[in-house]
Amino acid sequence: MTTLSEKILTEAESEIESEAESQAEIEESTEPGPGHPAEQPSPVLAVRDVRISDRAGDREIVHGVSFTLTPGSAVGIVGESGSGKTLTCRAALGILPAHFEITGGSVEIDGNDIAGLSPTRWTDLRGATISAVFQDPASYLNPSIRVGAQIAEVLRVKKGLKRRAAHRRAIELLRVVHLRDPELVHAQYPHELSGGMLQRVLIAVAIAAGPRILIADEATTALDVTVQAEILDLLADLRERTGLALVVVSHDLAVVAQLCDEVLVMRRGEVVEQGPTRDVLHHPRHEYTRLLIAEHEQYGLEKFLAPAPEEDA
Amino acid sequence: MSTGPAPKATTPGEPAKPVLEVKDLQVHYGTPRRRRPALRGVSLSVAPGETVGIIGETGSGKSTFARAALGLVRASAGSVVVDGEDVSAYGARQWRALRRRGVIQYVFQDPLRSLDPDLTIEASLAEPLLVRGDSREEAARRVRAFLARVHLSEDLLDRLPGELSGGQRQRVAVARALVTEPRLVILDEPVSALDSANRVQILRILEELRDDGVALVFISHDLGSVAGIADRIAVLYQGELVEVGAAGDVIGRPRHPYTRLLVRSAPTLHSAPADRAERAALRALLNA
Ligand SMILES: Nc1ncnc2c1ncn2[C@@H]1O[C@H](COP(=O)(O)OP(=O)(O)OP(=O)(O)O)[C@@H](O)[C@H]1O
Ligand SMILES: Nc1ncnc2c1ncn2[C@@H]1O[C@H](COP(=O)(O)OP(=O)(O)OP(=O)(O)O)[C@@H](O)[C@H]1O
Ligand SMILES: [Mg+2]
Ligand SMILES: [Mg+2]
Repeated sequence: MTTLSEKILTEAESEIESEAESQAEIEESTEPGPGHPAEQPSPVLAVRDVRISDRAGDREIVHGVSFTLTPGSAVGIVGESGSGKTLTCRAALGILPAHFEITGGSVEIDGNDIAGLSPTRWTDLRGATISAVFQDPASYLNPSIRVGAQIAEVLRVKKGLKRRAAHRRAIELLRVVHLRDPELVHAQYPHELSGGMLQRVLIAVAIAAGPRILIADEATTALDVTVQAEILDLLADLRERTGLALVVVSHDLAVVAQLCDEVLVMRRGEVVEQGPTRDVLHHPRHEYTRLLIAEHEQYGLEKFLAPAPEEDA
Repeated sequence: MSTGPAPKATTPGEPAKPVLEVKDLQVHYGTPRRRRPALRGVSLSVAPGETVGIIGETGSGKSTFARAALGLVRASAGSVVVDGEDVSAYGARQWRALRRRGVIQYVFQDPLRSLDPDLTIEASLAEPLLVRGDSREEAARRVRAFLARVHLSEDLLDRLPGELSGGQRQRVAVARALVTEPRLVILDEPVSALDSANRVQILRILEELRDDGVALVFISHDLGSVAGIADRIAVLYQGELVEVGAAGDVIGRPRHPYTRLLVRSAPTLHSAPADRAERAALRALLNA
């Protein structure tokens, strides 16, 4: 029944493999990074003690964030509003707002330090290697162009596909993100789609060029719970089947816990806690993490649901 | 549809009369020729001091229920009884008179819609009191008392809604709904636009209200918030109430497939990988 989506996922997979191979060739000639034993798969994204400052106010806003992503892994960032989650993501995507800059640490995408990247090289990387979805899907789509044409555009520019191939592939992508009637959606305008459908379209756009890293910044915050779960399940699916690596940003610890192996808890530009999700949930060390957990337990479903038994390693 | 268990008595002995009693409510939108049902026979009652959560996906009819209970939309069938008064046949003038008495109040998701952007916080809060006929001094006194109840400082009284944070604005909207000491407050997505800290703060304020015997209808698409606050939960699905029961029962032992999907979809700290397969199966069942 799902032959088409199988096909595109396998296609994406083989692309990722071939990219990974050529990547491995490149990396053989370079020194392995410090603190990364040779047997570990090489990270697709390495964020090392990144600091971000606002040049206008001459203030440091993000005071050192570090994490590494290997293919198929997922890292979550939670934290209160204004804690620097989005700025961290934008730094990794090379799209910091005007007068913000990285003033410490480094970001490596696929082994390339972004500090030395030319604009052309950035254009190559964005979409094709690192991609992102944000909270408000409508604002990232052109309201006067049909959805399918917008996806096809990405495919023509990033993958060099011809018109007809791009059209076919766009429909396949709409199927991959579990839109029920891909042909119909393909011909629709953004305003004709619900929030959940739009977010799926945006994910289709984001994965169109077969990126290895997808950043989802509050990508499900505005959606109904059931639709949110559908999108999160879709991301988990892409991760498992294509080795897509995920950075998931949410103010909800539970959203991040559902999807990620590792969690960073941010507060006022600081990472106050970081570790494997299970450890952070079961043995939170920082008071702010404890507060986030307590809020869930007091004002959430947890109060009626039996906790899962703690499986200690 | 089922009406759920009888409302519990707040005083021993005689069961308390419901503050809101809705029976077989139907609401249609559209033109007479192309009528589309938004509520298809919904029955629900709310006892004094009881918090009933209404949960459902977008378009399921939650806001329509709120509007019907507030007389903002006309029912095509069924009855609505507010505080013992059958308001089903009320005209606009009678509704205005009822609302003016301040027995029933409301809070909407976007506080900018419940608050006039051009009125200072003080004027906004005093308005329902002055409309009711309170003196200026009495209104000023009550405004300050209720501002304290939502844990806001009097420094904010001279500001405009646009000069407050989202959480502060929503607390002002709650205070405005409370100044007339209503017996019933209908809250339509009051915390959906707020972050966790602000959400919890509003939920705590609502808990205090409930303890004072105010009846609450808490509408949300976020099962977590509803679970945190409601005594009973009513599940709306495509204009029908598919399940009503004690919060613990609805969440612990959901019966309708949509409720099951909801419970399995809500992010919890203990989500299991197996939930994913169950969700997929439930979606297939609902779409069949
Ligand atoms: N374009 C901008 N111009 C000025 N300040 C900004 C800009 N973007 C972010 N900031 C500031 O930087 C800090 C971190 O913002 P950031 O958007 O990263 O927070 P966040 O953790 O994503 O919050 P939220 O959960 O609300 O999305 C905040 O104090 C914010 O006000
Ligand atoms: N003023 C209106 N005119 C025509 N149709 C309407 C109107 N208001 C609502 N509807 C329709 O009635 C149905 C129920 O809408 P309602 O606003 O009650 O849903 P809801 O459960 O509150 O959804 P949400 O979670 O998105 O707020 C929907 O199909 C909606 O499109
Ligand atoms: Mg953000
Ligand atoms: Mg609504």
